[in-house]
Amino acid sequence: MNKVKIKRSILAHLIPGFTSLTKKGPSGWMVILGLVIVLALVVMTAIGPWIAPHDPVWYMSPKIRAPPSPEFPMGTNHLGQDMLSRILVGGSIMLQVAALSVLVCFLIGVPLGLFSSYVGGLFDSTLSLVIDAVYAFPGLVIAIAIAAMLGSGVINMALSISVVYIPSYFRIVRSQVLSIKELTYVEAAKATGAKWHTVLSRYIFPNVIPSIVVVATINFADAILTAAGLTFIGLGVTYDIPDWGWDLKNGWSYLASRAWWIITFPGLMIILLALGFTLIGEGLSELQNPKLQR
Amino acid sequence: MGLRSYIVTRILLTIPTLLLLLSMVFLVMRVLPGDPVALHFEKKAEPWQLENMRRKLGLDKPLWAQYADYIFGLIDINYVLAYGYPNLGKSMQTYEEVGGQIFSAFPATLELAIYSMIIASVMGILLGVVASKSYNSILDHLIRGFGTVTYAVPIFFLGIIFQLVFGVFLRWLPTGGRISSSVEPPTGLTIILSMPSGGFIYNFLLSSIAGLAISAICIALLKVKRVKFRFKGFAISLAVFIIAWVVYAYVSWYFVLKGTLQIATGLYTIDSLLEANPVKFVESVKALLLPSLTLGIILSGIFVRLTRTNMLETLRLDFVTAAKARGLKESTVTYGYALRNAFLPILTMLGLQFAMLLSGAILTETTFSWPGLGRYIYQRISFRDYTAIQGAVVMFGLFVTLVSLVVDILYAYFDPRIRL
Repeated sequence: MNKVKIKRSILAHLIPGFTSLTKKGPSGWMVILGLVIVLALVVMTAIGPWIAPHDPVWYMSPKIRAPPSPEFPMGTNHLGQDMLSRILVGGSIMLQVAALSVLVCFLIGVPLGLFSSYVGGLFDSTLSLVIDAVYAFPGLVIAIAIAAMLGSGVINMALSISVVYIPSYFRIVRSQVLSIKELTYVEAAKATGAKWHTVLSRYIFPNVIPSIVVVATINFADAILTAAGLTFIGLGVTYDIPDWGWDLKNGWSYLASRAWWIITFPGLMIILLALGFTLIGEGLSELQNPKLQR
Repeated sequence: MGLRSYIVTRILLTIPTLLLLLSMVFLVMRVLPGDPVALHFEKKAEPWQLENMRRKLGLDKPLWAQYADYIFGLIDINYVLAYGYPNLGKSMQTYEEVGGQIFSAFPATLELAIYSMIIASVMGILLGVVASKSYNSILDHLIRGFGTVTYAVPIFFLGIIFQLVFGVFLRWLPTGGRISSSVEPPTGLTIILSMPSGGFIYNFLLSSIAGLAISAICIALLKVKRVKFRFKGFAISLAVFIIAWVVYAYVSWYFVLKGTLQIATGLYTIDSLLEANPVKFVESVKALLLPSLTLGIILSGIFVRLTRTNMLETLRLDFVTAAKARGLKESTVTYGYALRNAFLPILTMLGLQFAMLLSGAILTETTFSWPGLGRYIYQRISFRDYTAIQGAVVMFGLFVTLVSLVVDILYAYFDPRIRL
């Protein structure tokens, strides 16, 4: 009976019907707005190659750095590539990197946190010390060091970003499990002879999910910004893959030519994508913790 | 646990944390797949060239020996005394000492960090207070929206927009550098010292006067602190007298031989003031304005959110109502009573935000060609200079560890509950 209830509350957070969210005030609307933004951008990127007016990479107009006009609604860059086409498909690398890094963080950070706080003792304190050391370190510096060693590419970027954000998952899971494992129902489960992995996966883990979802959405926004930062530093994708971060960096190097359209549009797209995930994360965390909402 | 034992424990705990950090950096740079030497040449070198570089940088030794070189190099006091900075290895590009390059880049990062932290905290706390006072009004929602949006804006994008608007279109402010190229960088206060006419005896007497003066200050301080001036106070002031005498004599002797005394902080805004050069001061402020605003605005969002929630909680407490009931001014209640009590969590955040500040500084420095550590890393990446990157990462680690130590101690000082 209890398990069904827990499952329902998780579902209410994970796959929220719009109707139930709208009843929850401004925080619910924040989540909806975020979801709409993210879904719209994902769909746009997915169908981008088919609706783009020109090839984003190989079409080069003789009109270089042309300002927005009916022919090129977002202008062209220094090679005469159509900015609109590049904007339409340019989110794919960022989305891939972010999704992959969130997945890696989830798969490593959550089990580590669950296991570490459940076992406790020397193992837990050592691991916490290591994780806290990483957590206190400037994230971009770690990501830069690892990405510089691994080289460019989607998987390498995702891995270097994951290392930065695993600590946030570990810490939130650990702090939650520390209080949950003292609850009587966990004791009861142990008393009935449940094995440790059963206790962890069936009795403790479901209660941690809501806060992991919040961390994951915020992590999504962070990963997008970090991926953009890595690209800006010069550790991102190569010139032949359309990417908002790369376009932004490229526009920056032609700053003196006053070509504001090469810079502004990719930048706004990155903001929109990160804002979508931030809105979801903030709204969800306010829904879970009404104290913050005031 | 008293404050003193808390501080000692905290300092002792820093050692394993530092060692861990250093080991992790080593792990990333040496043990991860990817040979730095091969990567440096991008597969365009003869084997003998690779061997040559490995030998010069000590990368031909076994891994444990490299690790020992790296750790013992960092704590080599003789090296620090000889060069003035720790041994962080040699650059792959120029074979110069990385430590020297990093330490000359460091003040620029420090200056940017200090000013943007001031902007972020002042702006964030003020906006947060305003939002909490006008709770649930349009102003409140606007300020909250600002807090959310700053979280999603890539810092370099804001910087580029600032450059575009204020540098390229309006031409009000420079788009890069620490100071305009038409002006020499400020050198700080230079005092020219001449040999004292009286020679050794005169100098000796002068330093004893200096010692007396300092111990007089010390006695006054002891009086204020109400230390019993029987034995303890006497011993302390005698010790201070002797130390001040010796130090003054040594320092004056050293600088008189050298001829000049240079007082410089490396922060251009302060050095130009020390130099009493208004032109340089204005130029350095103009160059600093856009980068520190960029970083400050992005960081202020977190302060807004934190101040707002903490103030909302505090404003509902009984002592605030009591203060209002006594007829105190609205601003006194808000800033004197409520904000002071909401301040502790904000202080902790200030410490935690420091790592984020440095991450942001890398991107801001790159955007504005600000010659600090972040730009150093950016340039070294394009040269594929892995030893230099490693040195800079280590430097960041040392800096962050030191700052979090100071913040923790400050926090324990302000909030006695932490020491329990």
